[in-house]
Formats: sequence, structure tokens, C-alpha cells
Amino acid sequence: MRRRVPAALLTAAAALPGLAPADLAARVAAAPTPGHAAGPAASAQQVDSALRVVVASKPFGESYLLMEIFAQALEARGMAVDRRPGLGATEIAFRALREDDIDVYPEYTGTGLVAILGEEPAADPGAVFARVEAAFRDRWGVRWLPPLGFQNTYAVAVRRETADRHGLRTLSDLARASPELRAGFSPDFIGRSDGLEGLRPAYGFAFREIRPLLQAVKYRALAEGAVDVIDGYSTDGQVARYDLVVLRDDRAFFPAYEAAPLIGRRLAETRPDAVAALTALAGRLDEETMRRLNRRVEVDGEDLAAVAADALGGLDRGTDGPAGIGGDTGEQAAAGRDAADGRADVEARGAGRRVRAGLLAYLWARRDTLARQTGRHLLLVLVSLLAAIAVAVPLGLGLERLRRGAEGVIRGVGLLQTIPSIALLAFMIPLLGIGVVPALVALFLYALYPIARNTYTGVRDASPEAVSAGRALGMTPGQLLTRIRLPLAAPVIMAGVRTAAVISVGTATLAAFIGAGGLGDPIVAGLALSDTRMILSGAIPAAVLAFLVDLALGGVERAVRPRGVAGPVA
Amino acid sequence: MNRRGGGASDRPEPALEARAVRRRYGAVRALDGVDLTVGAGEAVALVGESGSGKTTLLRCFNRMVEPDEGAVFVRGAPVDAGPAVELRRTLGYVPQEGGLMPHWSVLRNAALAPTLRAEADADARARSALDAVGLPADEYGARWPNQLSGGQRQRVAIARALAGESDIVLLDEPFGALDAITRADLQDLFASLRAERGFAVLLVTHDLHEAFLLADRVAVMRAGVIERTAPPSRLRAEPGTPYVAELLRRARVAP
Repeated sequence: MRRRVPAALLTAAAALPGLAPADLAARVAAAPTPGHAAGPAASAQQVDSALRVVVASKPFGESYLLMEIFAQALEARGMAVDRRPGLGATEIAFRALREDDIDVYPEYTGTGLVAILGEEPAADPGAVFARVEAAFRDRWGVRWLPPLGFQNTYAVAVRRETADRHGLRTLSDLARASPELRAGFSPDFIGRSDGLEGLRPAYGFAFREIRPLLQAVKYRALAEGAVDVIDGYSTDGQVARYDLVVLRDDRAFFPAYEAAPLIGRRLAETRPDAVAALTALAGRLDEETMRRLNRRVEVDGEDLAAVAADALGGLDRGTDGPAGIGGDTGEQAAAGRDAADGRADVEARGAGRRVRAGLLAYLWARRDTLARQTGRHLLLVLVSLLAAIAVAVPLGLGLERLRRGAEGVIRGVGLLQTIPSIALLAFMIPLLGIGVVPALVALFLYALYPIARNTYTGVRDASPEAVSAGRALGMTPGQLLTRIRLPLAAPVIMAGVRTAAVISVGTATLAAFIGAGGLGDPIVAGLALSDTRMILSGAIPAAVLAFLVDLALGGVERAVRPRGVAGPVA
Repeated sequence: MNRRGGGASDRPEPALEARAVRRRYGAVRALDGVDLTVGAGEAVALVGESGSGKTTLLRCFNRMVEPDEGAVFVRGAPVDAGPAVELRRTLGYVPQEGGLMPHWSVLRNAALAPTLRAEADADARARSALDAVGLPADEYGARWPNQLSGGQRQRVAIARALAGESDIVLLDEPFGALDAITRADLQDLFASLRAERGFAVLLVTHDLHEAFLLADRVAVMRAGVIERTAPPSRLRAEPGTPYVAELLRRARVAP
């Protein structure tokens, strides 16, 4: 029941131009290769959504690549696939899987054991797999398929120059030198018992400084000398790019992190064909292979779909592409828009091949995708903003009438602002699933405060002398509100709306973490793939959008300013 | 009873009357048993130092303040006999600093009282009131309050009180914020308008000269009570109490 609503909305949304959830797929798959036809094709088949397999990833490069490998493996057997890349983090991806909003995503056994089951890390891969396999099936009906053949466990890396200077080869060596070194670790890593929290007592680390750094900036921070030590992953392609030294885990602390497809109950129960296709990947990827593949995606900037196709052993498929198989029927059904997208993406592909082609050429080549993402972004902002206005303005007016307790209520609304957006999005998955609806709700909640606050103070502070005179001359409270207070407060209220709108344009980029689309898609994907151009292709339009929204609402603010009242005081 | 246009009968009801009115704000006794009568067509000035309760007393008559004890009458009827909004619409009112609606034109501001009473000729009344205060509507009607000088704004506030054509006008420090020359001009204007139209006036002012100039009687307030009430000439001649004598001396009002 609770999943019906968002599903229906998504389906309805897909009917509108620029709203197809498959936009994501269009971008990632599409980005530059033969495999791409699946993207537009996907959107043309929304009616058959029951038959589509929803393949997702978490927001980092290897997860994207494994998602694409899963997707192509399924498409190669004729199955229709929807891609949902870059779901926020373990919490969001796993909740979405539990709720059957997605069907499969790549997960690591160690993450399942420690982060999801909350148990102690363990080093024996076989034992860990057996434990998570049984526990996930019993608790949630979620299934671990056989591991893919490699471990991506935590690794700790330093610059070669640091390793030479301090004679570092193992983590025990690092512990010895740690008082002189500054560490930059993922927030994730710092707090986890299988991360720093457990590592510190095991080796006796005492770093001079520990900074939380996001995955996307960590390597750059290390290369530029802002920190000396970072955490990474054993299959990370970035290690080669920056000529880093990975220190050996000489006390065998890091637990087993075998990668495997994690599949939801619905897929496990109803799609033996999909289960078989994913099971067939067991043992096909070793660590050496993954490092090479990750490097091609993250360092060399090669196209995801092409790398995934190679990984599946189909180098010769380059011409007609595995996605083409799934795309055939879709291609026939595709609307004109999709055909146009196809052409644009072919051009984008061309641009992608010229390794450092100019940013403008890149943006131009992706203009159709970007236009759709911008449209979606604007829609997320506008819908949530209108809903927030409809609630926050009456709320502010009501509070002004009450006065007593008004500050408390407004501060309560302000508290919503302090909930981290990722946490808010994660909380809402059981209620609203993933996609557009929870993103709208989150943006709505964040927009309430500035509007309610400005309505309340604007109406409260509107020319007290005029209000008092109006009252003394016999205006009713309603007349005072509609003829004096609201017109005088209108510019202040609009300023609140304007603030909320500009903040919303920024916050809406986070909607990408729950598969709601918008300009966050290329930002999240670009961060995961270390692709600066891709990041900019989302960030620049988002900035332009924020600027234009500010400009437009500034105009509205001036328009609602009553004649005879001076311009902004501040 | 005739509620507007002044009392013309042999024994007219007083325009305003307060009997034993008390009002506290926490521990402060703003009004501590006040009796005051303003006859029909009479002008009474309430003077006194800041905090003596004069504005609070004025606001009892238009129910901007509700007394804790005592009785307040307007045109012989208790003020709480009907809705406050209806009462206020029958009283002219000029606050300090005008209190004009900043987003309304001068004409719309002046037309407020008749507009609230839904009178068809609201505009015509506002125009004639603006003419009467020396701001011809053709020239000033379409302007915004922030395009006027302080004195002009106060003229609009007076026009707004006149346009209601009420037989009673309440003025709360109406000229206090103006420079001396502008104030003198407005005092003259007000005196002549009153002479012409004969409405009753309750004027709150801290300026004794103004009180002596505009009022038939002056009531001196001190700490929530009326210390003495008398016509200006008599008050000058016989201050009556040491406090009033001291007040007159400090205000340099010659005996």
C-alpha cells in the first residue's frame, strides 16, 4: 500500500516529457557508448514496469561499474532494466532494496555484517558470507548471490614520498610514525568498528590530526599534501593515478569484504531468470581485474558502459552493444524525443572520446540530457516551493495572531533545517520509497522555515503606527490583515520565498541520492567517477538556475512591493 | 439619540464622559480613579508629564484600552454597549506621526472613515476634507505619504479625521513631532476648523501653550488622577495646587 503511491506517481511522472525516471539510465548508460540505446528505450516502456528489473548502485565508482555490469548481464539475456545509479549510501540503498523499490545492487559482505547487521567484523570470507546470507534471508527475505570473486576491503594509503621518508610498508610502520602525520578519512570510516574505531586500538594509531574527508576529495587532498594518510579501497583505481603506496594490513585487521549482488525479495521470488543471470557472474572478477576496470572508469575517464561490456568479456560487442539487445523493442516504441536524445548522446559520445575536449563542447553534446535534468530540477524546486508557500504563509499568519508560543513553533520548524538531508531522505524511504516523492517532501520541509519566519516577522513588524491608526479608526482585524499587514509584509514574505527557492535549488541536487533525478545526477555520478566535466555539467546549470531563480523572484519581490513604500531597507 | 453632527438639543448629552476609571498595568496604576467630562462641542486638553496617564485615558474613549473599573460613555452611551469597531468608526482620531497607511495614496488615506462606513460619497468627503486642510485633492490626492513633508502628512491625518464628519475628534499628541513653525501653522488650522465645524475635542498634549491655545478647558493629570480642571485663563490665574503652579512655572506659562 505505502509503495503504491510513489510508484503510481512515478508512472504518471514518466508520462510527462522530461520526467522519465530512465533519464538517469540515459545518462549513465548512455554516456558515450554503443550500449546506450537502453536509456531512452527504458522510458518508452513504463507500462511494463512490473517486468523491469531495477538495478541500482551506491554513489562511488566501483558500485556504478558493478551496477552497469549487472544491467548489461541482464539485458544480454533479453531482460528490460531500469538503472538507479548513485543511491545515497548503504542506508538508503539497502532500505530501498528492502522496500523493493530497487531489485539489486552491488554490496559487500563486510558492509552487510557490520553496517547493516551491526555485528563484529570478521576476517574469514567464507564465514562472513554464510552469516550474512542466512541473516538477510531470515530477517528481510533479501538474498546474497554468490560473490563476484574479489574483495574490496579498506586500505590505508600514503604518498610514495611519505612512505620513503618514514619507511612505511605496513600499518604497524604507520602506527609508529602516526604522531607526525595528518589523516583524512571518510566520515564513514572514522566511525565504524571495522574502520578507524577498531583499527586504532589494534595498531595503536595516534595521528597528529584526523580530518573527515569525502571520498571524492580525499585523493586530491592527499596528492596536494593537505593530509598524509587516507583510507581507500583495495580495488581502487585512484591508487595508481596518484602513485600511492597501500600499506599492508600486517595484523589482519580488515575484515572480509567480498562483493556480491544483493537482491530484493520480489526479484528473488519472481524472477529466476534474473537470479540465474546474476549468479552466472560468480567468481568472474578478481581484484587485479577490478583495479584495472576501476582505473579505466575513474582515472582514464572511459565510458562506464564500454568498460562494463569489456568486463563481461564481450569486446566484440562494441559495435552493436549488449544494451542494444534490451533496446530493440524500446527503440521501436521510442518517441521522437528519444530518437533526438539518441543523436545527442551519439554526439556526446564523440565528445567523450576526445579525452580533454572542451567543457563547452561537452555541455553542448549533452544538451538534451541537461535540459531534461534542468527541467526535472526546476520541477522539484517549484512543486516543493509551492507546497511550502501554501503551508508556511498561513502558518506564519496564524502564529502572528497567536503571538504567544509563536517563536517556539517557528524554532521547531527551524529544527527541521538541522536534520542532515541524507538522514531525512533515509528516514522517509519506508514511508515514501525512493524517487521524486520523498525528494519533494524533503525539499518542502526545508523550505518551510524561511517562508514561515518571514511571514511571521513581516506581518508582525508591518508599520505598527499604520496598524494602530487603522484599528483606532475602526478597521476590523481581517481588514487590518488583508489591507494593511499583508500588503506591507508582501516583500518580506517574498524575500523568504526567494531564500527558500535558492536554497532549494542547491538542496535539490541531493535528490539524486534517492533516484529523483535532476542536476544532482551528473554531480553525484561525476563525483563517483572522478569526472570533473561531469560534475560541472550538473554544478554549472545548478548555479545558473539558482541565479536565475533569484533574479526572477527578486523581480516578483519588487512587483509585490506596494507603491509608496521605499525599497529594501537592508 | 443623535450620534453625529453635534448635540443641538437644550440639554445635550456630554460628548465624552469617564467616571471613576481605573486601569493598571502590572504594578503601575495608569489611571487611578479618573472623572472627566467633555461637553458637546467642547474642547478639553489633557496635559501632564510623561506617564501621567493622559494617553491611556484618551484610549478608553475609543476602546483601544479597556478600563479595569469605572464607566466610560460616548454621547451618553456606555462605550461597551456595541461592538468596538462600530464605536471607533464614529470617532475622529489623529495620532502622533499621522499613522497614515504608507501604501495608500493621500486620497485613499483621507477617505478611510467614510469608506469603512461604506458611504457612497466617501471620495467627495475626502476631497473636501483635503481642501479644508490646504492640500487640494487634485494636486495631492494621488501622492504617497512618503512624498509629503511631516507637516503635510499631519494635515492628511487631520483630513482623515474630518472626512468622517464626526462630532468628536480625539487627538493624541498630534503636533508633537513637528518643528515649531509647522506646529504653529497646524494649530491655527485646527483652531479655525474647529471654530467652523464645532466638533468636540479631546486633545492629549505635553505642550501647555498648545493646550491653552486650542482648549476650552485644560485638565492636568498627575500619576493617574486629574489634579485640576479649569479654563485656561482661570488655570493661569489660580493654579490651585502647588504641583500645577510648578508645572506652569516650568512650562513658562505666564500667570
